[in-house]
Amino acid sequence: MALKPVSPTDEFVKGLWRDNPVFIQVLGMCPALAVSNTAINALAMGAATTFVLVMAGLSVSLLRKFIPKEARIVSYICIIATFVTCVDYIIMALSIELHRALGAFIALIVVNCLILGRSEAFASKNKPGRAMLDGLGMGVGFTFALLFIGIVREVLGSGTLFGVSMFPDGFQTWTIMVLPSGGFLAMAGWLLIVNWLRQKEDDAARRAAEAES
Amino acid sequence: MSPLKKLLEIGSSPHISSGASVDNIMFNVVLALLPVTIFAVYAFGTGAALVLAAAVLSCVLTEHVLCKFAGQPTTVGDWSVAITGLLYGLTLPPDLPLWMVFVGGAFGVGVGKFLFGGLGMNAFNPALVARAFLQAAFPQAMTHWQMPFIDDRFTHIPSSVLAMPFAEPVYDAATQATPLAQMKFEAVFAADAQLMYGLTTGSVGETCGVLILLGGIYLVARNMMNWRIPASIFLTVAVMTWIFQQIDPQTYPGPLFMLFSGGLMLGAVFMATDMVASPITHIGCWLYGLLIGVLVVVIRFWGGMPEGVMYAILLANAVSPHIDNLIQPRVFGTGRKSG
Repeated sequence: MALKPVSPTDEFVKGLWRDNPVFIQVLGMCPALAVSNTAINALAMGAATTFVLVMAGLSVSLLRKFIPKEARIVSYICIIATFVTCVDYIIMALSIELHRALGAFIALIVVNCLILGRSEAFASKNKPGRAMLDGLGMGVGFTFALLFIGIVREVLGSGTLFGVSMFPDGFQTWTIMVLPSGGFLAMAGWLLIVNWLRQKEDDAARRAAEAES
Repeated sequence: MSPLKKLLEIGSSPHISSGASVDNIMFNVVLALLPVTIFAVYAFGTGAALVLAAAVLSCVLTEHVLCKFAGQPTTVGDWSVAITGLLYGLTLPPDLPLWMVFVGGAFGVGVGKFLFGGLGMNAFNPALVARAFLQAAFPQAMTHWQMPFIDDRFTHIPSSVLAMPFAEPVYDAATQATPLAQMKFEAVFAADAQLMYGLTTGSVGETCGVLILLGGIYLVARNMMNWRIPASIFLTVAVMTWIFQQIDPQTYPGPLFMLFSGGLMLGAVFMATDMVASPITHIGCWLYGLLIGVLVVVIRFWGGMPEGVMYAILLANAVSPHIDNLIQPRVFGTGRKSG
């Protein structure tokens, strides 16, 4: 049976939901849990990771014929580190507070298994255009997931959203949501919902298939 | 039951049982907790009564709703979740807002018990999971201690208890630091007798050590509680504290103070003995108690917080299956001496 050709839009769309890097593949947990304490941080981390994903995808895909198989991980890390350094300086130039809030986690994008995983599993086997689309889709999916976690944590933990107060005075903030454990709780909550939705989707698909046969 | 039906009941051995069932044991635990609960309401008044009621209600409701949601028959009827709720309520400050009590109860039963698979599957004591969540989420409200035996405690409801959901509580009741906080931050030791008879501040049900012990002795006498766990905890804490008191009596309190202050009594007798989350083997129980005792002393003497019984028990819960694995007795005829 021949594999169905994948359309370019599908390369982009799969990262948003079906293969969402955080909720489905559960990759890149370190930044997803550590810097999702506010929506702004989540958005910034998502944007930085998306940029690195797209650029690393493009470079790895362009160089895929020249990188020897034995030294591929080292080469990918070098390529990724280059773009992470760019992002690091860009964020520092844009906002020094944001740079401080994200701290070491910008540098740690280098070892984010999501980027390495996409380079290894996708970009090294596909044409540059598709690799970029794949990186963009994964990046946007990653950003969405971080934003979801960040919104829950910021609203409950600080009573604000993007720094804007959400509640009248006297709101009791949930300290646990700002702490690292809050990241695990919010993440687990979303995973519960996502898996439940996926189960319903699967059940519906199975029932449709049964009805057809 | 008709005689005919009884004849048809065929089962494998053992045929003689002690009659101990989940409901039976749970009913006896309720009996054992009754004096503590009555004393709590007497000492702290309406606030404590409301907190206890809300704690039980939140746990029972969560269990019922989740069972219905999962399409299972509801397990509320075996009383175990009501005990969880009561124990959870007894560990809370008497003027905690009711909405926080509900949040914690839902978390404890939902995450601490139901997600693990319900009764018999929980790795951690659900009541302590609930309390630990509240401690991390609302540290200010969870360290706010209403004075016991204030005059208008039966006529006046503390304003903080009735705080609107998600609103910060406003306090109007007189407060005082707990004996352990006084020990830690002011180097003041409360008198042992005060602690034993529950005349100090503290969580709803943790203050009166004598009544808790009484309930524990009742359960041990009915053979419904493993006496080795509390005995091991008491022994460890007493010996460790005694040693440190001999070294420096100015800094470290005596063994009686340590045994009767904070949540140690309640924790050792009713929480650490959780049948599901504690080891099964006898040596395992002694080791488990030793671990809890050491952790309690370490956290209380050198930790950042004044009280550590909750964390000590939760940590020991986490290792209790490993304790059981480590000290499996040698199967007869195998192993080193099999020759």
